Amino acid sequence: MMNNVIDIRDLVVVRGGREVLPGLTLEVAAGVTGLLGPSGCGKSTMLRSVVGVQRVRSGTVEVLGLPAGDRRLRDRVGYVTQDVSVYDDLSVAENLRFFARVLGVKGDEVDEAIAAVDLTDRRDQVVGSLSGGQRSRASLAVALLGDPDVLVLDEPTVGLDPVLRRDLWRLFHRLADRGKAVLVSSHVMDEADRCDRLLLMREGRIIADGTPAEIRGSAPDIEAAFLRIVEAAA
Amino acid sequence: MSPRVTLAVAGRVLTQVRRDHRTLAMLLVLPCLLMSLLWWMFEDLPGDAFDGFGPALLAIFPFTVMFLVTSVTTLRERGSGTLERLLSMPMGKLDFLLGYALAFGLLAAVQSALAVTVSVGLLGLDVNGPVWLLGVVAVVDAVLGTALGLLVSAFADTEFQAVQFMPAFVIPQLLLCGLFVPRDALPSLLSAVSDVLPLSYAVDAMQELVGAANQASVWRDVGVVLGFAVAGLALGAATLRRRTA
Repeated sequence: MMNNVIDIRDLVVVRGGREVLPGLTLEVAAGVTGLLGPSGCGKSTMLRSVVGVQRVRSGTVEVLGLPAGDRRLRDRVGYVTQDVSVYDDLSVAENLRFFARVLGVKGDEVDEAIAAVDLTDRRDQVVGSLSGGQRSRASLAVALLGDPDVLVLDEPTVGLDPVLRRDLWRLFHRLADRGKAVLVSSHVMDEADRCDRLLLMREGRIIADGTPAEIRGSAPDIEAAFLRIVEAAA
Repeated sequence: MSPRVTLAVAGRVLTQVRRDHRTLAMLLVLPCLLMSLLWWMFEDLPGDAFDGFGPALLAIFPFTVMFLVTSVTTLRERGSGTLERLLSMPMGKLDFLLGYALAFGLLAAVQSALAVTVSVGLLGLDVNGPVWLLGVVAVVDAVLGTALGLLVSAFADTEFQAVQFMPAFVIPQLLLCGLFVPRDALPSLLSAVSDVLPLSYAVDAMQELVGAANQASVWRDVGVVLGFAVAGLALGAATLRRRTA
């Protein structure tokens, strides 16, 4: 039990009168865990619950042995929301410096985080003038500040060029190699093979849990495996 | 609460405003232009009507402008995900609110220094009390506007709605603050209402400085306005929820 970084028990979340998560139980250990599923399946709600910003109806979520959202977790969990949550009217470096001051992190980490997401040549450019992919990388850089033990990333690679996507997944694995837990969501099935462990989600439930190879089985790809699982259950 | 985070928020807000040249120019120049317009309107009339209306406007500008600017910017933070991210970080709710109040309070200080200089220096507004005290009243008004703006932003889902709060929250206070009809000449019910509206005290303070200049009474009014601002910030803190639906 001790090596579980995230421990979710019977989590029920209701949004807009609808049970988005009807009772989710899940454990996540260190490594790169991918959370894949169509949009609207409850991925973001689950990630928000792990960060502790989601109002939950019942159940428990523990991160590093503490209740999610606990004060002591606030500088140990890095979070990228689905929106690009940086300030459009500030430069990349100004954004990073601001969040670094909020976290109480040294200034030299700012340049490291910018370099990690490959935005060094754009560091003084205003975020609003960057491309969509560059803006989401700026948002990702903020989550890297303070070297958090847990990274919760909601669709961080959407709309990125394949080379960058590969580089970012490499970054996630480097972090995992240092013992971090990286929980990444995506609705793009072809990212599945880049994860150590894969969770397929549909309508608020985990329908498959294993290594990409285990889940794929004899299916040609993850998308086909997803369809097989859904059809077998129907 | 930590001074480091409060100052970080204030510094960031000021950097954003500095970036936005048009907003900055409007914040600083507009009150001066409007004061000049008011002076010009009364130029050919006998008596000193400008001395009667001028002080009230010096109280109303910082309040109204900061109310609008704050409600829209906070709403933007709620919508863009930056507030959610900040609240998942080690940031106290009061750090956020005080950071905003500090930044807009500073802007208001510059804004009113300019407006007061123009009014007293160029337009000949007669002030019997100390001129710096006019500035203090203006800054407290701005903090009040910021506090109320932060509070109402919790009740707006769109920037459209936030802007509508201005006629709902600001104009009634403007009508009842004593600018059009002296507060003690209002029908008794309205007079009682004006007694519980913060802008009434802000305008009272300004008018006292131009009139009898009893400093004790000015400070009492400033205290009341500050009380409203603190209550607004406290209620605003209660509307900032780390967990949302």
